Amino acid sequence: MNEPKTTSVFKGIGVSPGIVSGRAFVLNHQDMAAPSYHLVKASQVAEEIRRFRKALKSAEQELAGIREKMASREGIESRFIDVHTLILKDRSYRRDTVNFIREKRINAEWALRLTLLKYRDVFSRMEDEYLRERIADVENVTQRVLRNLSAVKPDSISEIRGECIVISRDLSPADTVQMSPDTVLGFATDMGGKTSHTAIVARSMEIPAVVGLQEITANVQNEDTVIIDGTAGVVIVNPDPEVLKRYADKKKHYWAMSERYLRDAHFRAVTRDGHFVHIGANIEFIEEIPSVLAHGADGVGLYRTEFLYINRDRLPTEEEHFENYRRLVENPGVQWSTIRTFDLGGDKFISDPRLAEEMNPAMGLRAIRFCLQEVDLFKSQLRAILRAGAIGNTRILFPMISGVKEIREAKRILEEVREDLRREGIPFGPKLEIGVMIEVPSAVMMADALAREVDFFSIGTNDLIQYSLAIDRVNDRVTYLYEPLHPAILRLIQRVVRAGHEAGIRIAMCGEMAGDPMCTMVLIGLGLDELSMTPLAIPKVKHIIRNVSREECREMVDEAMKRVTGEEIEEFVWGRLKDRFPDEFHGSGL
Amino acid sequence: MKETRSFVLKNELGLHARAAALLVNVSSQYKSRIFLEKDGIRVNGKSILGILTLACPKGGVITVNAEGGDAREAMKKIAEIIENKFGEA
Repeated sequence: MNEPKTTSVFKGIGVSPGIVSGRAFVLNHQDMAAPSYHLVKASQVAEEIRRFRKALKSAEQELAGIREKMASREGIESRFIDVHTLILKDRSYRRDTVNFIREKRINAEWALRLTLLKYRDVFSRMEDEYLRERIADVENVTQRVLRNLSAVKPDSISEIRGECIVISRDLSPADTVQMSPDTVLGFATDMGGKTSHTAIVARSMEIPAVVGLQEITANVQNEDTVIIDGTAGVVIVNPDPEVLKRYADKKKHYWAMSERYLRDAHFRAVTRDGHFVHIGANIEFIEEIPSVLAHGADGVGLYRTEFLYINRDRLPTEEEHFENYRRLVENPGVQWSTIRTFDLGGDKFISDPRLAEEMNPAMGLRAIRFCLQEVDLFKSQLRAILRAGAIGNTRILFPMISGVKEIREAKRILEEVREDLRREGIPFGPKLEIGVMIEVPSAVMMADALAREVDFFSIGTNDLIQYSLAIDRVNDRVTYLYEPLHPAILRLIQRVVRAGHEAGIRIAMCGEMAGDPMCTMVLIGLGLDELSMTPLAIPKVKHIIRNVSREECREMVDEAMKRVTGEEIEEFVWGRLKDRFPDEFHGSGL
Repeated sequence: MKETRSFVLKNELGLHARAAALLVNVSSQYKSRIFLEKDGIRVNGKSILGILTLACPKGGVITVNAEGGDAREAMKKIAEIIENKFGEA
């Protein structure tokens, strides 16, 4: 096995919604490096023209072959194939190329490129956008002829075996018609826009697609793992296991989403007995905000800022941070937002000899620990968040706090940053709320003291469960121990909520558990004030909240906590949910 | 024989790719030389790239010239598809 590949992210135009992950199949037949040379002898000219005509002929036969195979499938593709065939046969296209060969005494590939350039120039001057985009057809045909000139084997699409995500510079009708909807999970292309062929085909096949990514083909290899978020227009290449898992979760929610929930998603999350619950969304890209709003979040409960750091060769500047945060807080639909500071190990993005590879990164020098050592890096992020606070409603969330000393230290640095901004006369949000992630068991034990230091808590259940139940997240043999409804976990959450409420602060939850409909009643019963989750999970969770009373949830939690194993609690909760929501929860579920 | 007629394009997208393809396919069935003219630019009616580069939008006026033994038949057929809005609904 090679060393782990680095994660990278590309942003383009999401043209067909949905989330999918899989292995990449790179269709790399475009933009071949064709040789260019002058013809030395006159006799070569005739030979070169013959070669060109032969390539045209085989290209024509290829198209005819594709046309034949698609007799059963008609529609957009067949029309494009006709257009492409006519371009191949076009006299001026042929004549121009032949003339270039003759007059400039150059090889066919070079001449063909000159012809293409000529048409590029003509088309680029057209006013009509639709007609201007037709240059794509000329390019496509030219590539096909070039391929035949160089005798490179034709389309590799027929080589696709098994499910994959197709990565290509652009997709032509001749490409898409050869793809089976059973094997292609999604598309990602360098070129294209909302009305490009790829976009139309993806929507008709109902598979996620992102186009206009500029350089995706240069950065993906066959068999790389790729995530496509066609809703946000994001492509993630070689995601680390945690990101992959998060997207698997999003995907599950996406496909489980029904019209009915979405219709009601904009109603407030109020229980039958009038208890209001804040609903936030977890995001990692600003591009996700439209989806956040469409699914009925009031705010952003967790903006993971890690992607500002990875996938690049230098640290993000304060301005880059600020630009992202500004776009978050400026959005009128986002009523409140929560920006979590850097939550990775330093090894993820800087090659610094001091940062030796760690045996156990989950418990290593990461998140707040790392930031308290790399104060400059921390400060530029804090400055940007404070500045964004002058524009809109946002809060700061510090991750992986294990005790009071760390939060005091973080607050001291924050105060220094405020002082700097004040001195420099730069506007910033004066009353920005600060909060801590509760994800380390020691923070739970110290919750009462921590609550006096901050304005809110956000319980990160993924880490809290792993740290509390001592589960190594990369060890598959112990994943069976991961039980959100383990009585110990419920007791920990209960303790945090009580301590927080006693101090009068808001208690949020932003882990996966917050978006799991099976846990919703339990969390309401435990007294959480805010639930933040992947946007797609929101409508169903809201539906449950709106159809229960806080009283019944409390009673259910009391009853559940009489049980002493995770299994027993799950069974009990499932039974209740089956009674209360027969449409949503059926089968054994466990 | 020489035939000349002008047309106003009534179909939604003007001379888009599919319409151009249809025009080329029809023109190519005849021996006559066929030209399309718009705003002083003249292109071969049997060349799809030529027609596309005319960039004729909806409502645009094109003049069709047909020269040759079967010019009349060619013009009749071409008139038919243009009037038919290239088969668009």
